[in-house]
Order: sequence, then structure tokens, then C-alpha cells
Amino acid sequence: MGAKVVTVTSGKGGVGKTTATANLGVALARMNKKVVVIDADIGLRNLDVVMGLENRIVYDLVDVIEGRCKLRQAMIKHKLFPDLYLIPAAQTRDKTAVSPADMIQLADKLRPEVDFILIDSPAGIERGFRNAVAPADEVLIVTNPEVSAVRDADRIIGLLEAANRGPGRLILNRVKVDMIRKGEMLSADDVTDILAIKLIGIVPEDETVVPASNSGVPVTLNEHSRAGQAFRNIARRLNGENVPFMQLDDNGSFFQRLARLFGQ
Amino acid sequence: MAGLFDRMRGRSRGSAQEAKERLQFILFHDRIDLPPEQLEAMKREILQVISKYVSVEQERVDIALQQRQRDSLIVAEIPFSKASDAESELDSDVDEDSDKVDEDDA
Repeated sequence: MGAKVVTVTSGKGGVGKTTATANLGVALARMNKKVVVIDADIGLRNLDVVMGLENRIVYDLVDVIEGRCKLRQAMIKHKLFPDLYLIPAAQTRDKTAVSPADMIQLADKLRPEVDFILIDSPAGIERGFRNAVAPADEVLIVTNPEVSAVRDADRIIGLLEAANRGPGRLILNRVKVDMIRKGEMLSADDVTDILAIKLIGIVPEDETVVPASNSGVPVTLNEHSRAGQAFRNIARRLNGENVPFMQLDDNGSFFQRLARLFGQ
Repeated sequence: MAGLFDRMRGRSRGSAQEAKERLQFILFHDRIDLPPEQLEAMKREILQVISKYVSVEQERVDIALQQRQRDSLIVAEIPFSKASDAESELDSDVDEDSDKVDEDDA
């Protein structure tokens, strides 16, 4: 019983894993869930910055695993949500400091305490990825509608299936509706066709995301942000709710609306 | 009409379609871990092995790759040549019989 362990991974770097993890953590906390987010990207710590908690770090994941501190001491409480904690990655060590068995043990210790454990995986398919997915009950694969990101996502899905942790669900991030309309960007249907896995969310490209990261306040706290709304929806789906997918092309041109009127 | 509306919505056969087709090809080979030229060699060899035992109608051979969800398949349709009268006594007998039935019916 206890927490659901959700690992966020991607294969390719820079597709929005850390942003997704931070936002899902915050969105779940807003739903009054007890949440621990773990940065498993050892050596390239980032989740703390995106969540605005970088000044509070005393102990990290490797300290916990090597017994230099108690688990509680490495759990940094979020400023706005008393039931949201971050376990930061070590910045001066590398992935070999942690093993998949360590991660399973850590997750098992946390499970009775919280509702969700979110693990931010490093990019790649090496040790760091294997550490991050080892304790996962569910894996979310983040990708962008670009050939390189989709190809890497497919590799990750293959590895997850081979390890009996798959196939996972897909977050399609940085979707530009205008470009899809012009036929210049893969649509969500295209990507799910190609990868043959289920979608858990489509996040539109949104100019509110970068400023939110700049300030260390995840965009999901911005009520007016479409990307924020998309992450809130994903959090509800993770919680087992059936939330319809957002209509991304609501504010189309006159002709687009006319075309829809004619059932095209 | 549909084309007109597609144009009004700015929908054309753009690079997205190309991306999709390229990805489907790339991922097929990634998934089976077999580059295209080796796959072609395998197809040729399969055909050779079968041709060793039976005569094959070369022009109707269809060995195709398929994806069903995340499973990769090779689906082969390899029709055997119809045995000629000269090759099989039994076959020619059957043929004569069926001819007779046809005549009776007529």
C-alpha cells in the first residue's frame, strides 16, 4: 500500500522532464496530496532550482543512501505546500553513487508516508535511468514533437518493456498548434501512432513556462497558463481521474472556426 | 470541397508527414536492431531456402514488414508455382478428371 511511485523520463535531454516533474509535484500538492519529488539526476542537479528550493539544501539523495543523514533531514519542505517535499540530487558525485536497489529501498521507506513519489530521471539510457525507473509503479515518458525526441522516446519505451516496466504513458510537451495546423509539426495523433503508447497529456508551448522557471515558481500555479492547465490535468489523470484532453486550437482564425462549423 | 476547407485551415502535406514516415522507417529498424540492407539480405535468404524445396512464383512474392502496436513482424506471402502437367502424373490425372466433370456439366 501507500504511495504510487511515478518516474518521469525521456531518453533525450532538454525535452522538459524536470519542468514536468516539478509541475506535477506542485499540481498534486495543490490537490492536497502528500508528495515527495526526488531528483535522480546526480551530478546535474536542477529540480531544486525549478522549484525555487535551491537555498534550502543541506543534505541530498546520496547523503541519505550513504547514511550521512536521516531521510527526513534530506526532505526539503516546499514554501507554499507543507505536504510537498524535495529530495535533491548530489551535485558533486556521479550516478555510480546510487544503485537501482538503493532507489527501491528508498522508495519503500517513503511509501507509507506519502501519496505520490515522483522521480525525475536523468536523460540517457545508462545507470541514472535504471536507478530512476527501478522503483517505479508507473513511468511517464516526456517527448517533444520532433524526430530526435520521438526516436529516443521509442528507445526508452523499448527498454521499459524489456524490463517489464512498460509501456508507460506519454507526455507530449512543447506542442505548437499553429505549426501542426500548417502540417509542419507532428500532432499528438501522429506521435501516438508512431510510438503506439497511451497519452497522459499534451502540453502546449507556452511563454509562461520559462518565466515561471526563472522565478522558481512552477507554471502550474499560474491559473491563466495553458501549459499550467495541461499539467494540472495530467496530475488529475495520475490520480485516476478521467479528464478530457484540452482543445488546443480553441482560438483559431475565423476561417478555421468556419471550417469546423461545416464539420470539416 | 474538403480540399478547399483544408486549405482554409492551412492544412497541407507539410514536413510533418515526412517526419512521420521517416520515423516509422527508422523506428522499425531500431526496434528489431537490424539495418535495412541486412533485412533485404534476410528476405533474399528466406526466399532462397523456400525455393530449394518448392518452386515459387517469384513475381507474386510479398515479404513485408509490419508493426502491430509495438510488435514488429515480418509477414511473408510466398505463393508456390502451380505444378505443371509434366511435373506431376497425379496432378495431370486430377486435371483430366476435373475437365471431364466440366464437360458433363456443360
